[in-house]
Amino acid sequence: MPSLKDLKNRIASVKSTRKITKAMQMVAAAKLRRAQDAAEQARPYTERFNAVMAGLASSVGGSDTAPKLLSGTGSDKVQMLIVMTAERGLCGGFNANIAKLAKQHAAKLVAAGKTVKILTVGKKGRDNMRREFGQYFVGHVDLSAVKRLGYANAQDIARDVLTRFDAGEFDVATIFFARFENVITQHPTALQIIPAKFDDAGAAANELYDYEPSEEAILADLLPRGVATQIFAALLENAASEQGARMSAMDNATRNAGDMIERLTIQYNRSRQAVITNELIEIISGAEAL
Amino acid sequence: MADTMQFDLVSPERRLASVQATEVQIPGADGDMTVMAGHAPTITTLRPGVLRVAGPSGTDEYVVSGGFAEITGEGVSVLAEESLHRDEMNQSIYDRMLDQARDAHAKAQETFKNEPGPVDDAAKLLSDMVAMGGHIGLTPKGF
Repeated sequence: MPSLKDLKNRIASVKSTRKITKAMQMVAAAKLRRAQDAAEQARPYTERFNAVMAGLASSVGGSDTAPKLLSGTGSDKVQMLIVMTAERGLCGGFNANIAKLAKQHAAKLVAAGKTVKILTVGKKGRDNMRREFGQYFVGHVDLSAVKRLGYANAQDIARDVLTRFDAGEFDVATIFFARFENVITQHPTALQIIPAKFDDAGAAANELYDYEPSEEAILADLLPRGVATQIFAALLENAASEQGARMSAMDNATRNAGDMIERLTIQYNRSRQAVITNELIEIISGAEAL
Repeated sequence: MADTMQFDLVSPERRLASVQATEVQIPGADGDMTVMAGHAPTITTLRPGVLRVAGPSGTDEYVVSGGFAEITGEGVSVLAEESLHRDEMNQSIYDRMLDQARDAHAKAQETFKNEPGPVDDAAKLLSDMVAMGGHIGLTPKGF
């Protein structure tokens, strides 16, 4: 049975924890709004870009001269997994879920006899995967110093990936990130970016265009930019998801702390009452003995 | 009064403009082209340069680099990797863009010793950058 003083200390400590989680929740809410804004601002670009690319890809894709970024290297032996997670923890299952999906994917590829290479973006995913898949790590991108995600960040990552691709280091690249649905739900997603895949919607409408310079030249110019665009979109989705996950995790923590304080307060009051009753009994029985 | 068309300029980070325009001058990869309403559907890539939009509400200029323009009968949408309003452009941003182009050029020369293609592309990018500076009255440092 903890003493009254112990209980009092515990209540005080849980109360200050609650204050911290509450503050974190509010910060996450503000950041979430900003991240969602950024994601929304980027959407028109990504949508138009993908629509045009889909049209181009469907008309050029079949030919033998199609760029490797579109048609692939003709092999899927070496797989590059780009795992994007957060730089910080305390956001519920966010990092773990992405890492889990990437791990399953990696394990499947290894079992199928493929060579796996892993590029991590964000510290938490790297820590999470190090034990099982540490030997496959080929690089890491640190975004902890970045306050506001810009397209330049995505370009840096894309440049790194493309340099490796041009050097023949891998055949297929897949990015892992969490798609933001709402504050409570974020879906860990795997998306293949090299060779590029486009859904055929909107492809038909594009056949009427004149191309300047040629279709092939435009495609060759745009495909590397497409990689950066996909990565940028994924980074933004991830940022929104992270803040959403943190917000609900911290909301839970605040609520838990509230429940705990309630329970501890009841226990504290009961034991104080018990002490008082005890003292009374002692006094009364002392008086009776006289 | 000429017909107007919808003009959109978007970068990956934000939408810069969405207005009605009568004519848009685009720095296309094969040369500048001016688009007016009812233009044949065209897709062209961009070279670094100045994009000029004339509309009922006056003329606007933007500095764009990298990306493409999609022209349909009803409008023009320009997707530029880097785009800024002319007024936001200043020497330090210009220097940074120019440095990037120079780096890319130097790198291309290094990695593609025996293939002139990528080196020429990078050299063209660099000279386009320099020309763009001349257009908007900024001089590259070190020239």
